[in-house]
Amino acid sequence: MQANDQPGSVGIVVPQTARFDAPLTLQCGVTLPGFELVYETYGELNASRSNALLVCHALSGDHHAAGRHSPEDAKPGWWDTCIGPGKPIDTNLFHVVSLNNLGGCNGSTGPRFTDSSTGEPYGANFPTVTVKDWVRSQAMLADRLGIERFAAVVGGSLGGMQALQWAIDEPERIANAVVIAAAPKLSAQNIAFNEIARQAIVSDPDFHQGTYFRKGANPDKGLMLARMLGHVTYLSDGGMGDRFGRELKSGDIGSAQDVQFQVESYLHYQGTSFSRRFDANTYILMTRALDYFDPALDFGGDLVRALGQARAKFLVLSFTSDWRFSPERSGEIVDALIAAGRDVANATVHSTAGHDSFLLPIERYCDLLGAYLGRVAAEVGG
Amino acid sequence: MRRDLEIIAELVNPGARVLDLGCGDGDLLRHLASVKGVNGYGIEKDADEIAICIRAGVNVIEHDLDDGLSRFPDSSFDMVVMTETLQAVAAPERLLDEMLRIGEECIVTFPNFGHWRCRVQLASRGRMPVARHIPHSWYDTPNIHLCTFRDFEELVTAKGIDIIERFVVDASYEKRVRRVPNLFGTIAFYRLGRALPLGRCRHGG
Repeated sequence: MQANDQPGSVGIVVPQTARFDAPLTLQCGVTLPGFELVYETYGELNASRSNALLVCHALSGDHHAAGRHSPEDAKPGWWDTCIGPGKPIDTNLFHVVSLNNLGGCNGSTGPRFTDSSTGEPYGANFPTVTVKDWVRSQAMLADRLGIERFAAVVGGSLGGMQALQWAIDEPERIANAVVIAAAPKLSAQNIAFNEIARQAIVSDPDFHQGTYFRKGANPDKGLMLARMLGHVTYLSDGGMGDRFGRELKSGDIGSAQDVQFQVESYLHYQGTSFSRRFDANTYILMTRALDYFDPALDFGGDLVRALGQARAKFLVLSFTSDWRFSPERSGEIVDALIAAGRDVANATVHSTAGHDSFLLPIERYCDLLGAYLGRVAAEVGG
Repeated sequence: MRRDLEIIAELVNPGARVLDLGCGDGDLLRHLASVKGVNGYGIEKDADEIAICIRAGVNVIEHDLDDGLSRFPDSSFDMVVMTETLQAVAAPERLLDEMLRIGEECIVTFPNFGHWRCRVQLASRGRMPVARHIPHSWYDTPNIHLCTFRDFEELVTAKGIDIIERFVVDASYEKRVRRVPNLFGTIAFYRLGRALPLGRCRHGG
């Protein structure tokens, strides 16, 4: 165990891989002969194994949620603001489990893996995965780790949707669901944005119907456009105004030549770095999982009946400037939970940062998350 | 134990579904959960109170009562409770209608502006009353719709709302005030039901 590199950090972490050799039949009907999940853990599992907390990642996240893989890493894990000793998801109290979801591109079985039936990478032929499939595979990982019941399943955005599905599909195995900046299902506008992003990728000549890896190519341009578009939906008009305004990176509007606004430069940078680190087929899979998410579907479209299956307590948080999954969408979850007679607490946190707020160290947000999980830890004897 | 919480607990049926409008730090809901086993939810807009509720495991929903209660379906609660908040909302009459739409019954408590101390301050000194039960100055008070017991009684009677139970206590919540309550009473408790059809009365009179 290495010393923490700074207060509040989990320090150096090492990803691990769990291999499952039993076949897994997915919701789409396709059976994977076996699969691997890569995961990290932070904090100690207590003797009664009651303090485990599952963190679910969003669209482009992975297992590396906190700490660093090496002291040279420029950036810590994607949710390092909230996970660590003394942080809202307190690793002194909880044994945190964070994995890369099935279909991902950072170590878990996904499109880059070899399809044993063809000897070739799955690529675009990787079967459709859904939030329900993720919950099942996460429960299998919990079995492997000796975790019978999670004290809490926590996630933002698509991660929050997994927490919601956990509460419905595995009611006895989850004591608390923390659902942040999520929605009970995507709106037509949400799906429309996802489809534009997918079209940006598939219409890139370097996509080659998803077989770019065979041609030594990568649809960089398509991924970049997809990410730029996505990024605009993660921010807010006000937040972008505060951060970039109409500031210029280069050129002069007066002479109307070679002008580049700061916001353009920022989006180019975000898009380019994303296209280097993320797999195009995985991006398409993940956005499809978002589009298909609708836990009420198995219950005649009745979200109240769906959530009536749950036994967990819920914390539902949203952000005022989030227009991707607005506070009203969280309100739909809250109202259905109340109608179902489930325990729920809800707050709408003021923020100008849009949907991305759930990743940021916003004081009230962190306080409320820490307050809720502090109570959970007291109950489970963290 | 706070006497006001005990009084309300006496009015709530065991196991009821309760909505507490303006639940504050969640004391009432916690009390009702422990002594009556209610399935309770609180509405609150104050960030500090919400944090206290969340820390204590109270079902608190961040919502401003002035934004209305249309998010709650008809008859979705057994009891809707609003303690000493009526006088601070933008549209008390509309809220009263909403409470009886959402709940089969409701409990409303409010401070009496007709208490003799208020009357004396206004009549003799010509000043806006400040008392233990209405402690704010006129310029910083959240209480924008203060009323007397008689005012409230007139409103619910005119609306045909069923008064199931009512009583008035002093500022300590200890003593019930039976003589000239509009002069000597401090806080009123009303347990209300939906308007009865014309010509019918709960007690068969």
